[in-house]
Amino acid sequence: MWFKRTKEGILTSTADKKETPEGLWYKCPSCKGIVPTEDHAKSLWVCPSCDFHERIGSDEYFSLLFDEGKFKELNANLTSADPLEFSDSKPYPARIKAAIATTGLNDAIKTGHGKMEGKEVVIACMDFKFIGGSMGTVVGEKISRAIDYSIKNKRPFILISKSGGARMMEGALSLMQMAKTSAKLSLLSKAGLPYISVLTDPTTGGVTASFAMLGDLNIAEPNALIGFAGPRVVKETIKAELPEGFQRSEFLLEKGFLDQVVHRSQLKGRLSAFLRYLSGPVSKN
Amino acid sequence: MNYLDFEEPIQKLESELANLRETAASTGTDLIPAITEIEERIKEKTHEIFKSLSPWQRVQLSRHPDRPYTLAYIEALTGGDFQELHGDRNVKDDKAMIGGLGKIDAYNCMIIGQQKGINTKMRQYRNFGMANPEGYRKALRLMKMAEKFGLPIICLIDTPGAFPGLEAEERGQGEAIARNLIEMFQLTVPIICIVIGEGASGGALGIGIGDRVLMLENTWYSVISPESCSSILWRTWDNKEQAAKALKLTAEDMLGLKLIDGIIPEPLGGAHRNHQGAFDQVKKSILTHLPKLLKLSPEKRIKERIHKFESMGVFNE
Repeated sequence: MWFKRTKEGILTSTADKKETPEGLWYKCPSCKGIVPTEDHAKSLWVCPSCDFHERIGSDEYFSLLFDEGKFKELNANLTSADPLEFSDSKPYPARIKAAIATTGLNDAIKTGHGKMEGKEVVIACMDFKFIGGSMGTVVGEKISRAIDYSIKNKRPFILISKSGGARMMEGALSLMQMAKTSAKLSLLSKAGLPYISVLTDPTTGGVTASFAMLGDLNIAEPNALIGFAGPRVVKETIKAELPEGFQRSEFLLEKGFLDQVVHRSQLKGRLSAFLRYLSGPVSKN
Repeated sequence: MNYLDFEEPIQKLESELANLRETAASTGTDLIPAITEIEERIKEKTHEIFKSLSPWQRVQLSRHPDRPYTLAYIEALTGGDFQELHGDRNVKDDKAMIGGLGKIDAYNCMIIGQQKGINTKMRQYRNFGMANPEGYRKALRLMKMAEKFGLPIICLIDTPGAFPGLEAEERGQGEAIARNLIEMFQLTVPIICIVIGEGASGGALGIGIGDRVLMLENTWYSVISPESCSSILWRTWDNKEQAAKALKLTAEDMLGLKLIDGIIPEPLGGAHRNHQGAFDQVKKSILTHLPKLLKLSPEKRIKERIHKFESMGVFNE
């Protein structure tokens, strides 16, 4: 048969040739450069040649921010109900079940507390891979309870946003999570505790129009898409091409909505520095 | 008068009625019994149509071109005792969001709301009731002023959404709405929010944090419009009726989900058929709730306001 090799390979003997398993290499979607997956993870999932920040999830951010990656998770068992009995191409409960199965997460956010550079903090981090990081009741409730925990234990609160916005399948219940989380942030603010919002790619819709924009400090990773309306909707509205860099972190920094754009490799150090400044007039370090 | 598709039977009867009246007037014939009969039939038909409206029909009614808009409500609620105030003190005066000082019965109030246009020219002038960030910032400026002078705040919600334009994004549409949410929770004065037409998503919620959140009978309030929901889920606008049903966006649904505090009834046939009837109902509702809210201390009001919103949502644990 034509595909059957009759001769040995040119340099290596066929028996010694190694298959390259999928996932051993990372190809950067921005510069198309190729790096070993292991090296890519070591560089915190940032492309070593072009600084493209790959989207990562709560597990990665928690390992990056908490000292030795150690933290205690809060309210891990909350899962979505189906108050609207919503069904499109598949029923909402089936969609949730599938998302839990494929991601190993219970919903689009994880919250936990632990030490960051030795200081106790509460961190909430959204997961884009769980139904586009959409905010339904579980996301709103877990954020609210994490803020309650912050207030009760007098700890700073950090929230890493990564979301397409409110979750349609929970209708107005999702919308009201914007209100609920903002209500809790008003209490955190009254308690005089710092809230740092970290906006990552992408942060849009109802998340931008609530907690993501309400940090004492709003900081973003480089080149993250951040906006209220998505770029496609804006484009349809103005019926023209969007300017280069529109709705990216650097654009928002220029327009006055972010305090800083921070490279992922600097994130932990910078967050810790901010919290030291905000700890009061006399430095404890 | 404009008629929606499902209002056609009423339109037929009303044109018959108009013809009869004309004949009576021009010929001097006594047609009173016939006229009375048709009037009765119009009432019956209207009742029949309006007692079983679908969610999509409610959405259509909320957008009825003859439906009264915010300024009409304000004029009626205050009997003209109203002074509009302009500008956010930063960028400009947003014509899609209006507000000002007015007197409702015995109460001096700050009244704020999105404003739609009453004709083609005005619709553009009002940007179809879609506010820019400066609209939300104007609203907040006025609310803060109300707080300073102890005035209750009335928000009338009627918007197809916050404007999704390029400049709106540049000037921080998300931040403007978010700021209103957090600030409204800590305002020391009573806040009553009433959805009088469309309550579309963050654009509505941006003036929607209240001690009482009420909806008129034929309005909708949700995270997204049925059309956009349909286009996202089914890649077409054709499933808007299905989407309207799925989103549970009617006043009745919203009350059932414990997301609003009450429903304000509309006159038979909807607010567009009897403006004064709708104004009276809204006024009655404000005057029922306001004295109760004024009796509470600011601390208690804020606590209850926060507690109400923090209880919203359903999940498994």
